[in-house]
Amino acid sequence: MIELIEASKTFNAGQANQFIAVDKVSCRISRGGLTVLKGPSGSGKTTLLTLIGCMARPTSGRILLHGVGKVCLPGLAVEDTVEITSLPERFLTTIRRRMFGFIFQHFNLVRGITVLENVMLPAYPTGAPVAEVRLRALELLETLGVSRHAASRVERLSGGEMQRIAIARALVNDPLLIIADEPTAHLDSRLSEEFMELVAGFKGAGKSVLIASHDPIVYGAAQADAVIEMRDGRITGCGTHP
Amino acid sequence: MILHPAILALLIGALLTCFMMLYAGWYGVRILRNWDLQSGSELQLELERRTYLISTLVSYSLTFELISLFLLIYTADRLHILITGAMCAAGTLNANAFGYPLLLLKIVNFLLAGVWLIVNHADNRGHDYPLIRVKYAGLIAIAPLSLYELYYLYAYFSELHADVITSCCGSLFSLERPGISGDLASLPSAPMMIVFYVVMAATLLSGVYCYRTGRGGYLFSALSCAAFVVGIASIVSFISLYIYELPSHHCPFDILQKEYGYIGYPIYALLFGAAVAGMGVGVLTPFRTRGSMVQVIPVFTRRLITITLILYLLFTLIVSYKIVISSFRLGGY
Amino acid sequence: MNRRIERYRNILDFALSSLLRRKGKNLSLLGMYTVIVFFIASLVFFIQALKREAALVLDGAPDLVVQRLVAGRDDPIPVAYGYKISAIRGVSEVKPRFWGYYYDPVTRANFTLVASGDDPPGRESIYLGSGVARLMHLNAGNYLSLRGAKGASQVFSVQKILASNSELVAADLIQIREDDFRTLFDFPAGRATDLAVSVRNKVEVPTVAAKIAHEFPDTRPILKSEMLRTYASVFDWRGGMVIVLLFVAVLSFVILAWDKATGLSAEERKEIGILKSIGWETGDVLILKSFEGMVISLTAYLAGVCLAYLHVFFFSAPFFEQALKGWSVLYPQFKLAPFVDPYLLCVLFFLTVCPYTVSTIVPSWLAATVDPDTAMRS
Repeated sequence: MIELIEASKTFNAGQANQFIAVDKVSCRISRGGLTVLKGPSGSGKTTLLTLIGCMARPTSGRILLHGVGKVCLPGLAVEDTVEITSLPERFLTTIRRRMFGFIFQHFNLVRGITVLENVMLPAYPTGAPVAEVRLRALELLETLGVSRHAASRVERLSGGEMQRIAIARALVNDPLLIIADEPTAHLDSRLSEEFMELVAGFKGAGKSVLIASHDPIVYGAAQADAVIEMRDGRITGCGTHP
Repeated sequence: MILHPAILALLIGALLTCFMMLYAGWYGVRILRNWDLQSGSELQLELERRTYLISTLVSYSLTFELISLFLLIYTADRLHILITGAMCAAGTLNANAFGYPLLLLKIVNFLLAGVWLIVNHADNRGHDYPLIRVKYAGLIAIAPLSLYELYYLYAYFSELHADVITSCCGSLFSLERPGISGDLASLPSAPMMIVFYVVMAATLLSGVYCYRTGRGGYLFSALSCAAFVVGIASIVSFISLYIYELPSHHCPFDILQKEYGYIGYPIYALLFGAAVAGMGVGVLTPFRTRGSMVQVIPVFTRRLITITLILYLLFTLIVSYKIVISSFRLGGY
Repeated sequence: MNRRIERYRNILDFALSSLLRRKGKNLSLLGMYTVIVFFIASLVFFIQALKREAALVLDGAPDLVVQRLVAGRDDPIPVAYGYKISAIRGVSEVKPRFWGYYYDPVTRANFTLVASGDDPPGRESIYLGSGVARLMHLNAGNYLSLRGAKGASQVFSVQKILASNSELVAADLIQIREDDFRTLFDFPAGRATDLAVSVRNKVEVPTVAAKIAHEFPDTRPILKSEMLRTYASVFDWRGGMVIVLLFVAVLSFVILAWDKATGLSAEERKEIGILKSIGWETGDVLILKSFEGMVISLTAYLAGVCLAYLHVFFFSAPFFEQALKGWSVLYPQFKLAPFVDPYLLCVLFFLTVCPYTVSTIVPSWLAATVDPDTAMRS
């Protein structure tokens, strides 16, 4: 579904502190599976996620989306390939909104507003009617078993609960691919296992999942279809799960 | 210089507009020089971000330009008591050589900013920035006009002096200066009326044709520009007569007054709106085959044509209604 | 189309809730903004009301006033001029007027003494303007002593207190008989302070004035329209000066607003980063920010204008009275007639909302272009 061809991302180009976070990475992420990006911190996993997730544009190289033309741009057919490398930001955002749901390492929930509002936030700029979005958000909270917190503020929740809220938020726009960055970093083993079960559920529902992690519970999990190993911004190993 | 609060407001508004437009123009130059869509360099990302700022600045300028256009006319109207011989805004604007050029400049700036925003809107719909160079070259051309406008505004008001009694001389201003004519030259009414309806009908027909076939965009655009000019000339020539119900009062500004139910505001708003949309069609037409614009422009043009036609139609209806219910009848000519 | 409106509605909802979440910061901003709008609006309303008041007074003024100048100074005009003027075609009536100022050292106030009008008081009696009566604690039936030109005091009985619909001008008035006026001031016989000329057809006023100026080169005819104009521009000028001063306040407020908006708190920055990472576009955040700005400026504008309305029309503008009404110690007590002009509201909008709006554009844009991946890197 997503193909990277020699994608690089350089920060502070041309300056003394120039830093190549992702260095000519080529890989494919296939549809309907769980792909794990494995590697130590600082290996460029997160930057690669931002490139794949249309949050940032590569300094060089190309990123192609296959088979999702209709979702991405007006006037394209399903099978058209979209090159997202040189798209204006407003189109990248539209693609991101329709295709990806993000779960962040620190959950990144907005403080001071309710759990329900947090879950509904990604749907606001799509112009979807509020009532509809609210219903969907409540359903998601129900499925994830946290609907009793819908009206409370996020700062009162435990880590595991916050993550479920973050998952609900990632799902509210009904994305094709769920991207998670170190999702188990702040969870104990039991909660991490539970998280992996939820991931298995997404797969079952036909969604693709991409996780960056250096936690054995994640990359060693039975559900992982492909594991990509990274170090120093390059791919050092690539393989399907044993 | 008359230190009237409204004059201060106008000067401040023009200063802000000028500042925004020049700022936008400056970044327009940078974008024209360094734009490279294929590059993912930090400079390119920064420039793309700037485009958001620039379109925000221009749309605020447009809004200011519109409000201040009416404020200028209204202020000129209020100030007429300070100027000997001026009966309304027409006289005040005539008080020195900068008045009418200033008004014209304001109208032109408003129309240009409106057209620029239309082009910008179309360009934002395309995923390959197809009009970026055209757009920013245009912006660089428009931006200095706002400086020009600021200069004219300042010159106009600093040359405008209230005729005040002073203790040193007992002269009568009223006779010293030849009376400032409050009348504008106006075209003969009856022929103008025919021209007006013919041009409006032609615009309507060419709009329908262009909507259906997608061809004749230039013709439509030219006709809607003509309709704008003819519309204003008609207000001076005969529409005002029916509104004031006086045989020789041709003032295009008094219709903005309360006495006439503020009828001028909808009339001018419709006319300006239609002109901007109509001109937009013509400006977009040459780019209809460029890149992703193939999908964007035809749809967008149709919408613009619809808007133009609806606005002109409403304008014509209001005017015709006023003519029908008026107790005034054209005689002679 | 529907979706677009929904999108704006959703963003507006969120803008309101974010404003409420940062109550402290936004309330202080709103408070200062309101105070500035309040001052400028009070001033503009006040000047407008004064202009109306002056126009009301001048309504009863003669079409033309003829004064005599000697060496560029006012001098009593021979009443005989009046007969010749009344012979000019178009003149319907010429009335000599007798008036002057009287300085009272005890109250340190200047009164206007007038000896004309259709219903003069009796011998050695006067009518008092309400302001004079208030200042000197006099009522009808009391006595007032005025010091004459030759040094001797003259005692007048107060016959009645004048009521007036416009106190601004009538407050300091003392009305007196013509012969009393002459003896009190030792006014030259056969002369008047000036001549009030009425003209039948108002269009001919300038022509009549020109004829007078031609026939009597030592006189100065003043038209009513010129007086109106002078009053209006004097009020505008005074008001304009104060607005220039107040605008300095607007500028400093704008700088403050700029500073507040640019110095995004870490919390806010993070929040915008989150919004962008979960699919808000730069344009969406710009709309969010401009909605926030609009809510603040419209609230401040409305609140400021309403408060100014109350201040000027219900409390008689205590803040500006001293500065703008006049210099007299004798202060008229009056209520200005409530009156709001949409044109002035538009001027006020331009003076206050526009600078603020412009000052928020760049900071909003800076906030809106926070990288979406900052949320990943916290």
